[in-house]
Amino acid sequence: MKIKPRNAFVPVLTIITAIIAIWYGAAVFMNAPFEWDQAERIGKETNWSAVVPATMDQKRPVLPAPHQVAEEIWKTTGAMIEKGRPFSKRSLIFHAWVTLSATLLGFAMGTMLGILLAVGIVHSRVLDKSMMPWIITSQTIPILALAPMLIVVLNAVGVSGLFPKAVISTYLSFFPVAVGMVKGLRSPETMHLDLMKTYSASRAETFWKLRLPASIPFLFTSMKIAIAASLVGAIVGELPTGAVSGLGARLLAGSYFGQTIQIWSALIVAAIMAGLLVALVGWVGKIVSRRMGAREAVA
Amino acid sequence: MSDTTVLIVAVLFWLGAWYANNRLAALTPQNERTKFAINLLIPFLFGASLLALWEGITRGFSVPTVLLPPPSMIWERITNSVPILWADFVQTYVKAVLTGYIIGCSLGFLIAILVDRSPFFRAGVMPIGNLVSALPIIGIAPIMVMWFGFDWQSKAAVVVVMTFFPMLVNTVAGLAAAGQMERDLMNTYAASYWQSLVKLRLPAAMPFIFNALKINSTLALIGAIVAEFFGTPIVGMGFRISAEVGRLNIDMVWAQIFVAALAGSLSYGALSLLERSVTFWHPSNRR
Repeated sequence: MKIKPRNAFVPVLTIITAIIAIWYGAAVFMNAPFEWDQAERIGKETNWSAVVPATMDQKRPVLPAPHQVAEEIWKTTGAMIEKGRPFSKRSLIFHAWVTLSATLLGFAMGTMLGILLAVGIVHSRVLDKSMMPWIITSQTIPILALAPMLIVVLNAVGVSGLFPKAVISTYLSFFPVAVGMVKGLRSPETMHLDLMKTYSASRAETFWKLRLPASIPFLFTSMKIAIAASLVGAIVGELPTGAVSGLGARLLAGSYFGQTIQIWSALIVAAIMAGLLVALVGWVGKIVSRRMGAREAVA
Repeated sequence: MSDTTVLIVAVLFWLGAWYANNRLAALTPQNERTKFAINLLIPFLFGASLLALWEGITRGFSVPTVLLPPPSMIWERITNSVPILWADFVQTYVKAVLTGYIIGCSLGFLIAILVDRSPFFRAGVMPIGNLVSALPIIGIAPIMVMWFGFDWQSKAAVVVVMTFFPMLVNTVAGLAAAGQMERDLMNTYAASYWQSLVKLRLPAAMPFIFNALKINSTLALIGAIVAEFFGTPIVGMGFRISAEVGRLNIDMVWAQIFVAALAGSLSYGALSLLERSVTFWHPSNRR
């Protein structure tokens, strides 16, 4: 069952409104104990009508209210541009860019690796039988556990900055692409493959003219998963470097200093970035599919 | 054995395994059992030759163990520090992962059944659930550590949130999987909502639900380990990894990764077995 986006608009809006309402409620509920406590300490009588507004405006709330997070995001993005320093170290644009560049590099490497592996697997029985089980097993391994080691070890041999993070993203993103491409390259029907044979097409010709075009919808479906995974890899890759730059570093620094608003704003920016990246890949996929007149991927 | 001999033996083993695999893959046995054995033997040989190469290269070229310790050294470390590994495993896997996994999956399942009753909510939840499943939810780890403290409860909370959305989305999709014909049949039997849910729609949703369970089994372990990077008592797999990386005891890190890999693949395997017995009717399980 497919839900048309237009029909889903009102329900989605309703649920988002509900989430924001619950968020405000939770902010009052979770931040109120601090206010009562403060009032008691200085021996001041207080009541709910004073406490509730105060919970919206704490410096280090347990749960910041949505507008506080929005303000912080504006202060570190839009306001920075207005001041003409969009890439200063205090700006989230700078940190988001650091993370984004690692994500994109890792995504590109992971996609290449995934496609190459898939081509090898489709064309060689040995590779298929010997590697496919290991590729699947490799995903049951919580590979992010490797991240700190990879960063530190690569740092020890003098490789630091963008590349180690991209390696983690590569590892996370190659799998969906490899599996999706194997499916896609095998998706042409026997009839079409037989037709190529009657044309006495070589293996390479069959690949370029039949298998590859048939696999494109599968490629984009799996690339949507891969780019989301890349972003997670890049963020986690920034944790062990000691909170220098990047969205992951903002999370870590925020947790060290109890800056909840900073954590939430980094989190929201990461979420927006993930949404945009996935949407972008989906959009490119749609255009390419339309140009090629390709069929929908049936995963 | 000197290190150069190890390298030579390893390369020879790799070449031999490669040749053997080529021959094995070319075979087309008629017998089901032989086929099964060959399909198991090929990846096993491939894995073994990778291990042999790893051992040979690290020892033959004397790669510093800080960079990449040879498998034999990692194995020695594993056998020597079983108590530590076990304590970390209990802290991270048994306490945080299992608790969070069970709560998160059942919560996602129950909410999905509630949501499924109203088409309005279903239309609203699906796009949001799909979007949230793509988000880097792992980032909530520092918040959960602040809310629930350093011990395993905060890690379980991260796991709950991470496993909730895949389960929700998959169950809602699965509940729509039963065909119209079958539903009409249930109607003609005058089946109540609950009867048709339990006897038709839930069984039809099982492949989707198991898909979510499998995705979640990996996600849960990742969530718990990464959450430990943000603050933890002095036990746990994530803690051990970040602490031993700092002291450059890379063999201990690999030992932890070995345990994590073992736990991850075993739970995945167990779920696959369970899936096969529950969804025996599904086309992908037919012979």
